This record gives sequence, structure tokens and C-alpha cells, in this order.
Amino acid sequence: MPDKKEVKGVIERISGSLVVAGGMEGASMQDVVHIGELGLVGEILEVNGDKASIQVYEETSGLMPGEPVVSMGEPLSVELGPGIIEQFYDGIQRPLELIEKAAKSHFISRGISVPALDRSKKWKFEPKVKVGDEVEAGDILGTVQETVVVEHRIMVPNGIKGKVTKIESGEHTIEEVIAVIDDNGKKSNVTMLQRWPVRKPRPVKTRLAPNVPMTTGQRVVDAFFPVALGGTACVPGPFGSGKTVIQHQFAKWAQAQIVVYVGCGERGNEMTDVLLEFPELEDPQSGQPLMKRTTLIANTSNMPVAAREASVYTAITLAEYYRDMGYSVALMADSTSRWAEALREMSGRLEEMPGEEGYPAYLGTRLASFYERAGRCIVNGKEGREGSITVIGAVSPPGGDLSEPVTQNTLRVTKVFWGLDANLAYQRHFPAINWLSSYSLYTERLDAYWNEKFDDQWSGLRVEAMGLLEQEDQLNEVVRLVGIDALSRDERMVMETAKSLREDFLHQNAFHEIDTYASMDKQFKMLRTIINFHHLGLDALRKNAPMAKLFNLPVREQIARMRYLEEAQIDQIDKLDDVIKEQINAIIPVGGDNNAA
Amino acid sequence: MLPREYRTISSLSGPLMMVEKTSDVRYDELVEISLGNGEKRRGRVLEIESDRALVQVFEGTSGIDSEDTKVRFVGKVLELPVSRDMLGRVFNGRGEPIDGGAPLIAEQSLDINGMPMNPFSRDYPSEFIQTGISTIDGLNPMVRGQKLPIFSASGLPHNRMAAQIARQATVISGHEDFAVVFAAMGITFEEASFFMEDFRRTGALQRTVLYINLADDPAIERISTPRIALTAAEYLAFECNMHVVVILTDLTNYCEALREISAARKEVPGRRGYPGYLYTDLATMYERAGRLKGKNGSITQIPILTMPEDDKTHPIPDLTGYITEGQIILSRSLHRQGIYPPVDVMPSLSRLKDKGIGKDKTREDHADLMNQLFAAYARGKEAKELAVILGEGALSDEDKAFAKFSTVFEDKYIRQGEYENRTIQETLQLGWDLLTMIPVKELKRIRDAYIEKYLKPLLDKKADNEANS
Repeated sequence: MPDKKEVKGVIERISGSLVVAGGMEGASMQDVVHIGELGLVGEILEVNGDKASIQVYEETSGLMPGEPVVSMGEPLSVELGPGIIEQFYDGIQRPLELIEKAAKSHFISRGISVPALDRSKKWKFEPKVKVGDEVEAGDILGTVQETVVVEHRIMVPNGIKGKVTKIESGEHTIEEVIAVIDDNGKKSNVTMLQRWPVRKPRPVKTRLAPNVPMTTGQRVVDAFFPVALGGTACVPGPFGSGKTVIQHQFAKWAQAQIVVYVGCGERGNEMTDVLLEFPELEDPQSGQPLMKRTTLIANTSNMPVAAREASVYTAITLAEYYRDMGYSVALMADSTSRWAEALREMSGRLEEMPGEEGYPAYLGTRLASFYERAGRCIVNGKEGREGSITVIGAVSPPGGDLSEPVTQNTLRVTKVFWGLDANLAYQRHFPAINWLSSYSLYTERLDAYWNEKFDDQWSGLRVEAMGLLEQEDQLNEVVRLVGIDALSRDERMVMETAKSLREDFLHQNAFHEIDTYASMDKQFKMLRTIINFHHLGLDALRKNAPMAKLFNLPVREQIARMRYLEEAQIDQIDKLDDVIKEQINAIIPVGGDNNAA
Repeated sequence: MLPREYRTISSLSGPLMMVEKTSDVRYDELVEISLGNGEKRRGRVLEIESDRALVQVFEGTSGIDSEDTKVRFVGKVLELPVSRDMLGRVFNGRGEPIDGGAPLIAEQSLDINGMPMNPFSRDYPSEFIQTGISTIDGLNPMVRGQKLPIFSASGLPHNRMAAQIARQATVISGHEDFAVVFAAMGITFEEASFFMEDFRRTGALQRTVLYINLADDPAIERISTPRIALTAAEYLAFECNMHVVVILTDLTNYCEALREISAARKEVPGRRGYPGYLYTDLATMYERAGRLKGKNGSITQIPILTMPEDDKTHPIPDLTGYITEGQIILSRSLHRQGIYPPVDVMPSLSRLKDKGIGKDKTREDHADLMNQLFAAYARGKEAKELAVILGEGALSDEDKAFAKFSTVFEDKYIRQGEYENRTIQETLQLGWDLLTMIPVKELKRIRDAYIEKYLKPLLDKKADNEANS
């Protein structure tokens, strides 16, 4: 590393996770420092003369003025290389398993220094270039099978180009030189281990428009409020509305090759749940355990608050690294509100002028620059690989009030809004995504994709279904005032179909072994059947079919149970069309046709 | 290192005291204060700036002067002496015995702030706890290692309910060491004695540790009371392998004390004057619940808080709800109708229920039945609201059935006696009995197999009875 300079100072002031050190002349902003005899890790937030304000990523209790502070002259960075997948890290990329071993305790003690990646493990490196090849940053030098499903591509680090003068193959540790690249006499040794500062986005070649869908297996999302590969989405909702379950569902079923899940200031048990469940669950695409494509980052609410701030950056840098290999990466952040609160706490201790609700004035810019690291793009390298990062951030607005600053600033930059509704949650309608207030700005772009797949029927069905739900809402006003009998027969049919849409399509049980995931084929067939019943039903009502009989036809129970059909059996849904026709025709009175005409 | 003694207090304000010309003072260190009249108090270091230390005095600063008062920095953080003999004893909010018994002979001294559990080392809570209360066991099942608060409001019977849970909680699978740690923060003598009396009468006292900070005890002491209780609980759970239920009441008083200190420090306030770090502060307590891999014991937390003005969006219940694994909310309207326990079923929730119920835990049909009861009750309540506006005649036959269901549900399922201990089997059976009031085709949340197995026999019996009569 070039011009690494070490600066030594002493602690002058301690207040919670903020430490002010004197004698820090020459230290730069955002450099990592080690504090006190224990060597706690921190980061410089502010420099004022020879004084540096430092946020400390560990509990500061027991520190004393006069203890040493050492700056390593390097910004907070993560280690990149094989071994990231299947890991469980804390907010500053320390593997929690190794922390347990080093601390010899179930509790996290302080000043523990463990490497992010295993230094002794040997990986089988298969070269993809040969001596004499010209390479540039981002080109793939070779591959390592990281897990059963993930091929880890070792790339030429940023800033290096030239002619390959040496390339290894076979078993190597991540610190051994696997290639030497010669740029007109300037030789660079390349290892499988690279470092990258977390607060600096990794460069890409060109960015692409988000017009490919990322399916999630959740009907309300995929059908009505879809997210595109490389898109950004936010899920705000009061507590108990199912934010975390939705995030877990996305992490499980999202059609992404790599999943980075960051639990930021949330419950410890939830992370344990993910950790225990993911190795058991099978990925519908690869048939392998979900954990084989997942990396977890946990900074639970009781872990030091400053590391919470770092955890989302750690996560997105790991995501960018896999994107650069040419993968589609999904990043779930639960919850960005806790991250914003960490910002607020540090800002308060720095005695900065507060903005709205005590949050610092730069909250909006920080959030925007985080979400802007998402996207679909052509990554570095001659090959022109395509990679993407889709970011789904949960927001926990206090009291469910969406006008608060974190939600508002997030809505300004994200393109999909899944509004969670406490009332739906109370009725146990999950996912409690409100179909009237939510939106997706990708819908139109993605319609083209699905229409091609489903014979131009997709957007029509979606628009009609949404229209019915909208109408139901208006009709409900009428019903509330004058009762259901005031509605016309057509309107009763609308109410019936809307109810069917809500209960048989939008409602989805995350804990039911089959219902938890629905493929796009299944979703399409289900939606088509419900709308088909609507059309035939309307027609029958106009032909004087008795309403009570129509609404109680036995086929309706079959419609209600479509969701429990296994993916292999979904062709059975097609057969329902005939059953519907048959049963409806049976209740149209003789001569009903003539009356209607 | 020799303890250092200072007589250099420069300013006093609220619970805070500034000491000058200090050296070698550690952040968070315990402080002993000797007043001129010989009284001793304790405090902790909140902030250090070069040679000045800001000290928070637990018992308050009244009577402290800058001339005669001596301040000694102890060199370690506040620690709690612990031992198995704590069981059956009563302590004050600082952890000193107040039951007239002998002082505790400590087996260990533990830092009351504890350390965060490594999420990797946690074991997921999955053992069902039977509380004997249908609205909890049937609809919001609690598991060992969970933190499930009771959101109450002034005038509601949360104390009776907490005492009932403490009395009745068992695990279906056999008998194991069980203990209750009870921390009272700023509650009245009357409330505290209700608990003590109840524990004494039912014989629960011998497996209970009580930490009592009454309404007239120093408010600042409340900051350490729950931490002391949780330290004791951690010792009992993870050193003595006991299953510990921690009842913390009333968290609202705790948060007020926190706000008082924050205001005295002139910090930038967050919502409603509470400090911006209220979430983190509460989390460091709530997150001390849980189970650990390879350890037998567990800590289950039942914090109780009273919502100011019954407002769930008030920062205290709001932030609590974001940290805890669900919440049991009490309803004033049910209480007015004379229903005990007045659990507001709709907004109550146990997040960990799914892993604690089902086959081999409670019964295979539990989850489906639970979802159906929720959905049916919600629909019934909606229908009842409609009937209020339009009259009963405006309801469809189905809606009438649901409306009737919700009334009977409140009367039979929610309502139960304070000393009525229903087994989970009884609770499930009661649920199925009530579902016979609803047309089968409306039971969309239940798998066919379970309807066949559990509901059909009941329906047949009902049909028989009707035919006979």
C-alpha cells in the first residue's frame, strides 16, 4: 500500500461511543484508528487542528484520558476474496464465529481482532488467462469454486493493467501470489485477497436501464409492484406489520445469484433464525441450500451503535464485489432507520446543528448515495459482463408515521414503495402490503417483459385486477353508508371478485411449505382464473343467474385452494376454466339469454 | 492502584456532578461519594474531558456540597455480587438486601451492563411456554428466550396478569429448574406488595428474586435496577442452568428517568424530549433475553409498560415494539365490559410463535387454527361495526354468523378466571368449538385435512344434537 502513515495521539475526551484524541496532526478523515490499551477499532469523523473526533465501533467503558490512539493511515476497508459466501459477519466484517472462538464466550467481548477471511484455507485456483495475455482492471484471471453454486471469479484489481508474466494454478491460500502483471516494467503481484474502502463505490463501465424483473415469489410484489434487477425498493411499516418476514422472504426466494443480508440494529434472534434456517431451505433455482449463495452481516441493536453505521457500507461493498464478477446480487437491509439513528446519535455527540427531528442535515445525501450504489451495469473488464445490485431497504418509521425524515428521504430515491399496513396485519392479511398506497415505477418497463412471456395477456390482467381492487375501495364507502343491498348486481360481482383477489391471490402464507413461494407461471394462471370467473360471472348475472348460487359455486373453493398446489401441479389450474364454465352455465336459468337480450 | 479521593466538585445540577482535576478516571467507572454527614452515595462516570469528570449520582445530588463531600473513583464499573442464594430474597434497586436477611455471600461479581450476546452463539427460542391463558397460548404463543412485553395503560389489570403468568408458566415437556426475577421501577408500594403477597401466598417466592425501586426511591437509581435484575437473571440462567422469567415493571418510569438525565446533560432531544439513543438504550436491556447454544438455561422477558394516554405511537411503546418479539396489548374497552384478561387480540402479536407451535410442540393444527380465529374475529368485529351504523338487518347471513362468533369469542375464549389455568389442549379445543359457528367454506386458512380431523366430528355432533332436539 502506498504512503501509509502512522499517527499516534492520546485520548482527551470520552462520551459514549465518541472519543476525542489530541496530538493527531496528520491523520486524515475516515481513517481507521486503534484506541486505548485494548486496541478498540474506530474511525475518524472530524478533524480540528490536532484533535480528531473518533466514532468507536466497540463499547468504550473503561477507557481513560491519556491512553494511546493510533491511526493506521488507511480508511475503513473490507477484505475481498473467496470465503465471503456462507459467512456471518459483524458490522465491520469480523466473522462472528471466530469472535466466539477468540472470546471463548457466548458474549462479544472487546478488542478482539480476527481476520475477515481465512488465511490458511487453500482454494483450488483455475487460471483463465495465460502468460503473455494483456489484461486490464476487472478482467478475470481465474476462478475458484467458492461454494457448490458460486464460482468466485478472481479479477484484476482496480488500477492494475498490463501483460501477464506469471500465472499459477492449483491449491493456494488467499495471500499467495497467483499472478504477476507487468505494466511496462512496473510489476504488480496479484493475490486472491483484495481490499477496498467501504465508503467508496467500486467503479463500473456503464450503467444500464432496469428493465429485467427480479422475481421474488411473492404474488403481491411480482404481479402488482414488481422490482427490477438493479432497482431500489423500500418497505416502511410500523412494528408488527411484517417487515422482517418480508425481508426474509425476499432473501429466500428472490431470483438473485448472490444475497447479502444485513441485519442493522435489529433483533439478535432474527439473525439466528436466518442462520439456522438458510442452510436447511432449498433454493428453487439451484436446488442447493440457500446459504450457499448468502452472506450475512449482523449488527444487532445491542451491539455498539457506531458499527451499525458501518454495517450497511460493509454490506454494499461486498455486494459490489460480487456484482463486478458478473452476478445479480440482492441486498436486504433491515433496517435503514436504525442506521439513520446511529448517524443521529453520533451527530448529537459531535454537537452538530440538528436538522429535522434531531437527524443531521446530511441524512438525505447519505441515504441517496447509499441507494445510488444499486443498479444494473456493465462491469469493468474487457469481457463486458453484466452485473446488478438490487437494494431492498426496510424502514421503521416511529409510530408508523410516514412523514418522518428517514421515510421521506428514502422515498425520494427508491423506485418501489411497499407500504405496510397495520390494519391488514391485525387481520392477519400477510404480506400486509397495502395495494392501494404502494407503487412501483418499474411496472410499465417490466410489463413488456412479461407480456412477451405470457402471450400479451399479462398487463391486461394486472390492470383489470388493480381496477377491481380500486373499485372495491370506493364501493366499500357506499356499503358503509347504506349497506350492501344498495349495490347493483354488477357491483356485487366486483366486490366478490375483489374479495377473491385479496384472499385467494394477494394473501400469501410465508410459513406454509407450498404457499410461501409462487412462480410467475403459477401467479399468471391464478390471476387469469380469478379474472375469468369474474367475466363469466358478470355475464351470468346479466343473464339472470341467481347471485347467491353464483357466489357459492363449489368451484370457488377450488379457486381458493389454487395457492396450495405444488409447482409441478399448476397445470391443474388451467383445467379450472372448464369447470367454471360448466358450473356457471348450469345456474343460468333457461331463457336467461333472451331476457338479457 | 490506590483509590483516588477528590474534594474538587465544581458544579451540581439535577442528578449530575462535575469533578475537577481528576486523573486516571475511566469512562463508566463506579464512583463512591461521602457526604459531610457521613452518608454514602454511589454514581458513575458519564463523560470525561481531560481532567474533568461528569458523574451521575444514583441517589440524587441533594445535600451534596462542594466543600465537605469527598469523591472516590473505585477503578471498576458497577458490579453485582451474585449467588444462587439470591432466590427468595428481596433487594432494593441498587441490589442491597432489604428483607432483613443476612448479606449475600457472593460467588461472583458481575458487570451490570453485561455484554452483547454473539448472534452466532444464540440458540433460536422454540420451546413453547404454557401460560394457561388462552389469548397467549392459543393466539400469541410465548417461547423460552422470547421478550414479550405487555402494553398496558393506567387502570388496567396488567399486574394481575403478570402475576398470573409468573404463577402458571410451565413447559409442557417435563419439569425443570424455573426462576422468576422481578424488577420494579418506580411502582407504588401497593403494587409492589401485591406482587410480594401473591408470590408469598402461592409459594412462588422461594424461586423468585425481587429488586424493588419504589416510586419514592431516587429516580436515577431506576437506570440501574433493570440491569441489576438482568445480571442476576443471566447468572441464574447461564451459570446455574435455570429457566428464568424476568418481569420488568414499569418501563415507562425507567424511560422518564433516562429523559431526566438526558435533559440535565443538555443533550439534543429526540421525540417528546426523550433522548435520541432511547432505542439503543432499551435494546441493550431487551436483547439480554434469549438462549445460548450449549446452555440449558434461558431468559424470557416480560416487560410491562403503561402507554401514556393509551397511545401506542408514544416513543416508549413504539421503540419497545421495534425491539421486542411481539407485544400483548390490553384493551380498555374489553376491561370496561368486565372481561379479564382484557387482551386486545387484533394488535397483539408473538413473533416467535411459528417455531414454538405445531406438531411435537403443541399440536399440528395450532397454526392454521390460530390464523383462522384471528381472521374470523377480525371479520366479526367489522360486521359488528357495520351493524352499529346500518342495523343488524343490513348484514348478510355470513356476516351475522361472524358477528355472533366474535361476541361468543370474547366471552368464552378471551375471558377466563384469574386462577383458571387452561392447558393448551383445552385452549385448542375451545377454538374448534367456536369455529363450528361459521360456515365451513369460509374457513380458508385451515388445511382440509385438519377440518376433516378436528372440525367434522364436532359438526356431526352438532347436527345430531339439532336433529334430536
